[in-house]
Amino acid sequence: MTDHTVASFDEELNEMRSKVVQMANIVNTQLQNSLTALQDRNSELAEKVRLTDQLLDDLDSDVERSAVEFIARRAPVAVDLREIIAIIRISNTLERIGDYAKNFAKRLDVLLETDSIRSSERLLSHMVDITSKMVTDVIDAYIRRDIDLALEIWHRDQEIDAIYNTMFRELLTYMMEHPHYITTATHMLFIAKNIERAGDHATNIAEMAYYIATGKALDMERPKKDKSHLAAAPDVEE
Amino acid sequence: MNIQAADTNITTDREPKMQARRVNVFYGDTHALKDVNLDIYADEVTALIGPSGCGKSTFLRCLNRMNDTVASCRVKGVMTLDNEDIYSKQVDVVQLRARVGMVFQKPNPFPKSIYDNVAYGPRIHGLARKGDELDEIVFTSLQKAGLWDEVKDRLDTSGTALSGGQQQRLCIARAIAVNPEVILMDEPCSALDPIATAKIEELIDELKGHYAIVIVTHSMQQAARVSQKTAFFHLGNLVEYGDTVEIFTNPQEPKTKDYITGRYG
Repeated sequence: MTDHTVASFDEELNEMRSKVVQMANIVNTQLQNSLTALQDRNSELAEKVRLTDQLLDDLDSDVERSAVEFIARRAPVAVDLREIIAIIRISNTLERIGDYAKNFAKRLDVLLETDSIRSSERLLSHMVDITSKMVTDVIDAYIRRDIDLALEIWHRDQEIDAIYNTMFRELLTYMMEHPHYITTATHMLFIAKNIERAGDHATNIAEMAYYIATGKALDMERPKKDKSHLAAAPDVEE
Repeated sequence: MNIQAADTNITTDREPKMQARRVNVFYGDTHALKDVNLDIYADEVTALIGPSGCGKSTFLRCLNRMNDTVASCRVKGVMTLDNEDIYSKQVDVVQLRARVGMVFQKPNPFPKSIYDNVAYGPRIHGLARKGDELDEIVFTSLQKAGLWDEVKDRLDTSGTALSGGQQQRLCIARAIAVNPEVILMDEPCSALDPIATAKIEELIDELKGHYAIVIVTHSMQQAARVSQKTAFFHLGNLVEYGDTVEIFTNPQEPKTKDYITGRYG
């Protein structure tokens, strides 16, 4: 796209964009570190994740402040207006995904003291990988104004939902059959739910990227594969 | 091409107050407006925007034949007011300009009293038979222009003694006094400070619904604030016309987008 006649207009926009990219990178590191801390039973790494979250909160406040100043001073319109509104929301959304990574790390205090359910950890690892990739790609779609990529990511969320369903059933079965695993399974379930939500948030960002590029809302019904609200414990034999 | 871009955005089936069809304007050899089609609606404010020399003021001046006063100017195409051709030989230009009033960039009150500034039009058009009637017209016009409270105690002081913003509102009162149907405004706030500008914009908002208003402005934000329809001109072409909200959130033409977002070369 052509640059603005006033160069500082673009400089200020670029600064906010690069902060958003930085936030996305931190979010991904946070998610991966929480997972690694679980897999390697590394409570120090979990602690690091909890502390690093502050960085995301600060960046989010920074972006929001810059955006408010930008609106006040530059009175952006059209694509610039759409982008600045979306930047505020994308930054908030990334901060929220960061909170989920932090919550993941918090649960490790208890989780690392209990016996692990390896198969669920593998499913969780898969969920985290897909979610991270979504976050990376969706920011890429936003920066490059890539509508096709945004649409593709929007549909990708279904994979996470499907794994979450599998995990939900698996953990439920574990709890039924081995009450010993209830603590582990409950925490794993919350973590999985949080990652599933993180995927939903990445989907929201895809909608914003689409809106910036086209000026239109993605108003198709959102693809949903999360059926866990229908899941029940298998009947117990009497 | 441009005609299509303009036409597809016309979403209403209401009868337009004024219509321009394939309007071309030449100043000598200069082709200032090219095949412009545009509808003006009675209950709306239409803003004309675009860079200097794009033809927006030329278009505005066609709407009450102000261009007749420019010797080298030729206007082709059809321009109607209530479906009647305003360029037809039967049209009395003085009558036309009473129906389609104009407010200029620089406030230009007559060097007469405030009262006479407003009373001048009704007098020459014979709108008032008795002094009471004239008083009434002056009162309502000044009130509609939001100036009455500020000048009611000094109606016989000179119009030129008022502040710039008050002078501009006096000019609006003068335009209103002859019961126009359309009011044309050519950058009415460019010589005013922000407070006076806000008062004029508030006034435009109040006048909307009583008169069709067409405003030429260099301030994009002003167009966004005061108008319901926006037309973007560039190099004599009407590039895009549509709902103001659409133009400022999601313009369809790349040229419009570049201009309003400040990317215009």
